[in-house]
Amino acid sequence: MSRNTEPTLQAVGLTKRFPGVTALDSVSIDFHAGEVHAVVGENGAGKSTLIKLVNGVYRSDEGTLILDGSAVEFAGPREAWEAGISTTFQEINLQPFLSVAQNLHLGREPTRRFGLVDVQRMNTDATELLTRYGISIDVRKPLGSVGVAIQQMIAIVRAVSTDAKVVILDEPTSSLEPNEVEQLFRVIRILRDDNVALLYVSHTLDEIFEICDRVSVLRDGRLVHTGPVAEITRIQLVATMLGRDTTEVRTGKTAFNIEGRNPGTEPVLSVSGLTRSRLIHGVSLDVAAGEVVGLAGLLGSGRTETVESIFGLIGLDSGTVTMNGSSVKGGSPTTAVKRGIGLLPEDRNADGIVPTMSVRDNITLAANRSVAKWGFVSRAKVNKLVDKYVERLQIKVADLNQSVAELSGGNQQKVLLARLLCFDPEAVLLDEPTRGIDVGAKAEIQGLIDELALDGLAVILISSELEDVVEGSNRVLVLKDGTVVGVLVGDQISEESVMDIIAEVNVESAVAP
Amino acid sequence: MTTLSRPAQLVSSKGAGTLIREKGVYLALGALVLFNLIATPNFASLRNVQLQLVQVSPVVIVALGMALVIGTEGIDLSVGATMALAASMVSLFIDRSPWMAIGMALVAGVVAGLLNGSLVAFLGIQPIVATLGLFVAGRGVALAFTKGRLVEIFDPTLEALGRDRLLGIPISAVIAMVLGIAIAIVVRRTSFGRNIIAIGGNPRAAVGAGLPVRPVIVSVYIICGALAALAGVLVTSRSAAADPSFVGLLIELSAITAVVVGGTPLTGGRVRVLGTVAGALLMQLVFSTLIRHDLSDSDARMVQAAIIVAAVYFQRDRGAQ
Repeated sequence: MSRNTEPTLQAVGLTKRFPGVTALDSVSIDFHAGEVHAVVGENGAGKSTLIKLVNGVYRSDEGTLILDGSAVEFAGPREAWEAGISTTFQEINLQPFLSVAQNLHLGREPTRRFGLVDVQRMNTDATELLTRYGISIDVRKPLGSVGVAIQQMIAIVRAVSTDAKVVILDEPTSSLEPNEVEQLFRVIRILRDDNVALLYVSHTLDEIFEICDRVSVLRDGRLVHTGPVAEITRIQLVATMLGRDTTEVRTGKTAFNIEGRNPGTEPVLSVSGLTRSRLIHGVSLDVAAGEVVGLAGLLGSGRTETVESIFGLIGLDSGTVTMNGSSVKGGSPTTAVKRGIGLLPEDRNADGIVPTMSVRDNITLAANRSVAKWGFVSRAKVNKLVDKYVERLQIKVADLNQSVAELSGGNQQKVLLARLLCFDPEAVLLDEPTRGIDVGAKAEIQGLIDELALDGLAVILISSELEDVVEGSNRVLVLKDGTVVGVLVGDQISEESVMDIIAEVNVESAVAP
Repeated sequence: MTTLSRPAQLVSSKGAGTLIREKGVYLALGALVLFNLIATPNFASLRNVQLQLVQVSPVVIVALGMALVIGTEGIDLSVGATMALAASMVSLFIDRSPWMAIGMALVAGVVAGLLNGSLVAFLGIQPIVATLGLFVAGRGVALAFTKGRLVEIFDPTLEALGRDRLLGIPISAVIAMVLGIAIAIVVRRTSFGRNIIAIGGNPRAAVGAGLPVRPVIVSVYIICGALAALAGVLVTSRSAAADPSFVGLLIELSAITAVVVGGTPLTGGRVRVLGTVAGALLMQLVFSTLIRHDLSDSDARMVQAAIIVAAVYFQRDRGAQ
């Protein structure tokens, strides 16, 4: 990474205002060829606004973009793309039913006479291209059949194969498993060596320190730090992002305070022998009031399936769910909610928010019983409930009537948590409560989980970030292939012990028929 | 780099698009009324207003039910056939008592809705396919009941329903008005209404919130069926005949048009009740205005088609945001 060259892309004094808010306030950042440049910040810091100004979705109110030394102005994303600025979004934007090779050549297929697509050449080209990036797959397979990580890399390879000078990676690892992340990083390093300028947005500190050369921190629309990653510590970076003093940041990686809890002894929620063919096999667990039970395991270990079957979303072949000693029959979410069980879904966009409804209605969605009488909703009761939880969860919202789709990820997550709490549950199943939200909101939600436990709720916590489960749980169940393979309590809980158990079972299951 | 001018729904023209989407139907309706007041002789006459109201009432009533169904991201193609079924029921039971005839017609509508709703909610069949069955079969069943004939109906009570007025307003228009207000209250103020919007907005979220998704879907189709049956009764009473071949023919298209023109997206998650009423009035007025100004029936239909396309276009903007 040579620092003596001109920057590939230069943002000078970019400003973007929306009604009532300045999303980006005179931000100047340089992106150099051969450099991975992390852009971090809390929700609402201006990251996505910056990206959308760079890739032509928005136009800036003030300031200029300079690409390869000359000022540019894009009328739309396509122009930015043609100029060499490529964005690979979190949601992959390719055609799942077309082959890998077809996707790589989408819109510029090699043709033979009469405009027929030269399939053979397309496939050879595609294989060659992917091999350069260390990806070896059958390019004739439909894209949808090759796994999310590979799809993501194909999206990136497609971007650079169209001579992209700047590649924007917006949370590229959010749907990947650890080994897939490594594969992605390999591709990113090759791109860096090929002198592409990379803009990398991520919420995961580990990734920034592993793959990025420079880091810029945005806060409230302003650039508050920019410099080499090597010259900043984790704590300093977190502190800069949060705008707090370094001493305030706890030495642990999370904001959990497990010592303050006082779990009961009798189980509130008790499940035994949950079985659903091919998903989970005989999962049993108890959660007491005020206790947080963490479910650890790799992707596909049955964590999500366990809570979804407790909640009645997945039908059971056998097994029982008991609340306060009496069986929860019916196996439907409606029953579960009536019996005081709430689920925070893993995918908040697909399974959580109702985008056409207001923040207010989203919060009270599950609370019909407490806000409605004879089927008529009392506005006064709705407002009281909403005000209470907006205050308690510190939901940042300009207008309660605004669409929930306009909120940041962290605030949407808080809206969903508020929805759960609105119906006074006794047990809450939190599936990835801190996924895809910024560091500040993460800490707030971790603190809130502590509060819920203090209030006497039984909590099941799933997180793909091991530190969440390890530091936030009174008890950790380790799952592997749909089975509980280990239980850790108190001092036994550590990242090493969890990984040990997972590794240990891997060997056994490989031996078993 | 040059700046091309392009359809700017991505950025700048959000204001105008939103205005047309939210208020377009009222603006268009107002403009058309104004035009008619100036350019159409006798437009404001009591007789003409009464005629327009009588003609539009069945469409309004059917469209109200359709709006709820579309709110759940569904659709009901069978409303016209349900009207025919209701008409045939009236002809079968009118000799016993007019109230029994009306009652049986409504029962037929409820049964039709129960069938449609169950196919959608419990068997997971796509609404357009689920209601296609009754769309095809319903009219046939109705014709079988009337032995394939138009049945003339002579009953003072039923005739009064079609002929009488309340303070100068035709009874059917009064019924449509009352139903419009009732449905608007249901949508805005009841948990049932919120559930409809949640189901249409994100069915998975509705399930996850423990909402009674299946009962709500079935209820919505039942309401739609019952309202269609009521419309069938009103048409029958006005024409003093049950004519299963023609009662409510193509009304599903008019109803869907009214809903969409009124600002309810076909993708569900939103219901605009007053917009739906205005949409029905607008389409009625467009048609009658064109006919009054000597356009042929087929030309008038093309204008209607253009309005539908425009309405869907402005709805589409919302999804693109």
